[in-house]
Amino acid sequence: MTTTTRPRRCGSSKASEAVGERRYEPRGFPRQVLDSGQSLLVIFAGVLLIASVAQTAAAGPRDVRDAIAFGALIAFGELLRLSLPGDRESAPIATAGALAYAMLIQVGNHPARHTAQQVIAVTAIGMIVGALPHLAVGRPARLSGMAARLLAVACAAGVFRPLASNPEIGRHWWLALPVMASLVALAWLVEAVIEALIRTDALRARFGVALVDEMRVQLPLGTAVGASALLIAFAAEVMGLAAVAMFTAPLLVTQVAYRRYAGIRATYLQTVRALARVTEIGGYVETGHSARVSRLAVSIGRELGMAEPELLELEYAALMHDIGQLSLRDPIPGGATVLVVRDEQRRIAEYGAEVIQQAKVLDSVAEIVRRQSDPYRPGAGSTAANGGRGRGRGNEPPLSSRIIRAANAFDDLVGTSVEPSRAAAAVERLRLDTAGEYDPQVVDALGRLVSRRSVLGP
Amino acid sequence: MGRLSLVARVYVGAVAAAGLAFVVRGPLGGIAWLEVAVLGLLVVVCESTATRLRSRHLSWSPNSAAILAAIVLTGPVGAAVVGGCAVFGVRRGTSATKQVFNGGMMALTGYLPGEVFLLLGGEVGTPGQSSFPELIGPFAGAALAHVIVNYSLLCGVLWLTGEPGSAGQQARALLDPRVALTELGYCAFGLLIAALWSVLGPFTPVLVLVPLFVARWAVAQFAAQQRAYEATVSALCQAVETKDFYTRGHSERVSRGSVMIAHEIGMRGERVEAIRYAGMLHDVGKLGVPTQVLQKTGKLTDDEFAAIQLHPMRGLDIVREIGFLDEALAGIMHHHERIDGRGYPMGLTGDEIPEFARVLAVADAFDSMTSTRSYRGARPVPEAIAELRRWSGTQFDPAFVDAFVAAIERDGWTGPDTAAPQSAGAAAAHDHDDPTAPLRIIESL
Repeated sequence: MTTTTRPRRCGSSKASEAVGERRYEPRGFPRQVLDSGQSLLVIFAGVLLIASVAQTAAAGPRDVRDAIAFGALIAFGELLRLSLPGDRESAPIATAGALAYAMLIQVGNHPARHTAQQVIAVTAIGMIVGALPHLAVGRPARLSGMAARLLAVACAAGVFRPLASNPEIGRHWWLALPVMASLVALAWLVEAVIEALIRTDALRARFGVALVDEMRVQLPLGTAVGASALLIAFAAEVMGLAAVAMFTAPLLVTQVAYRRYAGIRATYLQTVRALARVTEIGGYVETGHSARVSRLAVSIGRELGMAEPELLELEYAALMHDIGQLSLRDPIPGGATVLVVRDEQRRIAEYGAEVIQQAKVLDSVAEIVRRQSDPYRPGAGSTAANGGRGRGRGNEPPLSSRIIRAANAFDDLVGTSVEPSRAAAAVERLRLDTAGEYDPQVVDALGRLVSRRSVLGP
Repeated sequence: MGRLSLVARVYVGAVAAAGLAFVVRGPLGGIAWLEVAVLGLLVVVCESTATRLRSRHLSWSPNSAAILAAIVLTGPVGAAVVGGCAVFGVRRGTSATKQVFNGGMMALTGYLPGEVFLLLGGEVGTPGQSSFPELIGPFAGAALAHVIVNYSLLCGVLWLTGEPGSAGQQARALLDPRVALTELGYCAFGLLIAALWSVLGPFTPVLVLVPLFVARWAVAQFAAQQRAYEATVSALCQAVETKDFYTRGHSERVSRGSVMIAHEIGMRGERVEAIRYAGMLHDVGKLGVPTQVLQKTGKLTDDEFAAIQLHPMRGLDIVREIGFLDEALAGIMHHHERIDGRGYPMGLTGDEIPEFARVLAVADAFDSMTSTRSYRGARPVPEAIAELRRWSGTQFDPAFVDAFVAAIERDGWTGPDTAAPQSAGAAAAHDHDDPTAPLRIIESL
């Protein structure tokens, strides 16, 4: 029976032998290793840490009780590290604790006299202690993320600690509050910039786009963290160290909600990925086709400077771009939609869009899928390449559809081959069709990816 | 709430009157009215932006923080006034009766815990440096009392006004430990407001509101994402079902039936969610079965039948990468096992079969029997129930059959539309889910 992955290659292969053979093989997606930029960052943070610890030890630590309490809070927060959408990490409680410690004016009856160096030392040690249990169970910390958080705290502490001894600051809350609020914002910005730089480096995203993405993802949580830091710093004056223990609870609530949110988002993506493979198992498409097209499409989109929400939609659309094939009674040989006539392609796209539209929450994804079969320049074919951009622009399919169209064609031509010459030949073939079929801009981006070998296996 | 019974009216009236009485009785002298005004405004804002809980009649807002702060800053009577401000909350679709009840209830959740606070030695007034940590004990007592008073009054009104059947579900939504824990977390905000009053004055609530609203935003995002997820899974499942007209909506209904059983046997919320998705995805592996086998009308060869018997494994193969509870995966894989061990793919018996699979099997077979097939019409529900009972103990777990039957007899069952298929070509073969179809055992498996 047709239990193998290829369509219509019948024969009576015993059903049982096909069970575990399919495997999801990721192909050369840019891996997240510590490259030069990130190691520079980590080394810088390390030097800062060592210098701060040495200086604090030489001068003698001040207010040891406070230091231990805040260090414990930071360690606790680091232990409850949080994954955010887009492979990000955050430790809201740790960051709030560290910022609060940096902006402490008075704890109970005595003024807080610790130095900026001590803040850095306590924060770093707390972070390391909190990261150890994660390490023990084999979840290594993202060093660059920790370094970014440490540097952000260091900035706030460096500005505020010298000010904290000023009696005017301690006396009037309307003077202290704006200063503290802007320093919290500064710390948040520093972290966002560093994280954006890391992503630019690792994923070859554009810095501007990465920064906006980063700020958008971090804004709500960052606001909550900043406000909590201010609250803890102010409350310490009235409640002493009890404030530290007490006011972790509200932030915990936020964190629980966030964790569940991030969890369901991850499950969502996994589910779409898994269900997209339905077409493969049904024998409509070659194994791994949807996954490869979506990976390639996202790489192209990133190369073209798309922002993260658009990339997510692109990924969904690319994963499900062949779902319309389920409506076919007989699978297309090899599932290669590039080889079938346009009307058939359009019908498949239309049906796929209908399926997705039923979810009611993915309308833009449905639109992307619907337009994937449209040529780049409808009815153009032979018009001068020059006039292309201006005319018929309103009728142009969305960029995501054009990307999927090209990525799909590329994968149909190349398949599982890892041979660079075959990929280059495929790009050339697509380039021949840029007059009407494929967006030249997209094909160029694809060409760049291929020449960098970042779409092909190692 | 619709039409209220007399008892319910008396109850709502009594709660409102008690709340009002405590305010009027006073003593009203010596109350810090600025604090009361600011916190009362906070209650109105919170009440106006309340989020609905999963149950239709309950909503939740973080006004506990304001009320508990009022207990510390202004004492029991002030807290009753602050709580009573809930009457002025602006919300769409809330009846006047509800508003009055909420006002009275919130006044009581301010006054009574306020007395507890005093009883435990708490001191009313803006706390200073010397008040901590002594204040924490009485405050915790007040917070606990607040939650208890709130919950008991709510349970009372649910019990008196709820339609039969839904009251239990609502009580469950209310008693969700996560909701209670969140509630206590927000109570902690109350102490924060009180403590910071001496430092930041009336500006305190503004700063306190920020993390609070971010938390609410995150909760709302989570809920929206979950709804989107559910809709997407269901849409994709329908796409799978287009291969066969007769099974349209099958996954959806099996999911519903499994959830009914799960509720009936008192499964935890998290597991109910898992079984909902397991039901939706249980037949996804059928895509691995070639269409011509699924739609074949004649007798199947052994090879063809083997292909059908493999579909639970295929389904597992597809959904394995989803971060599910393992239980859901086991349920999908084993939903065609039989209690007597003559099922597939593994031939497990009795308790060896995972609980989820035994639940799914009942709902699956029931929906198959009550749906139209190409070779027979849909059976009526009573007949299908009789059939379930007949196979109970051999094919199905009797406990789940009983639970399902009880749930159907109470809540009813909505079967598929019985319209005839439009396309003449889509003739389905013998349904593999139908328990009345002749049993076949393939030795080679």
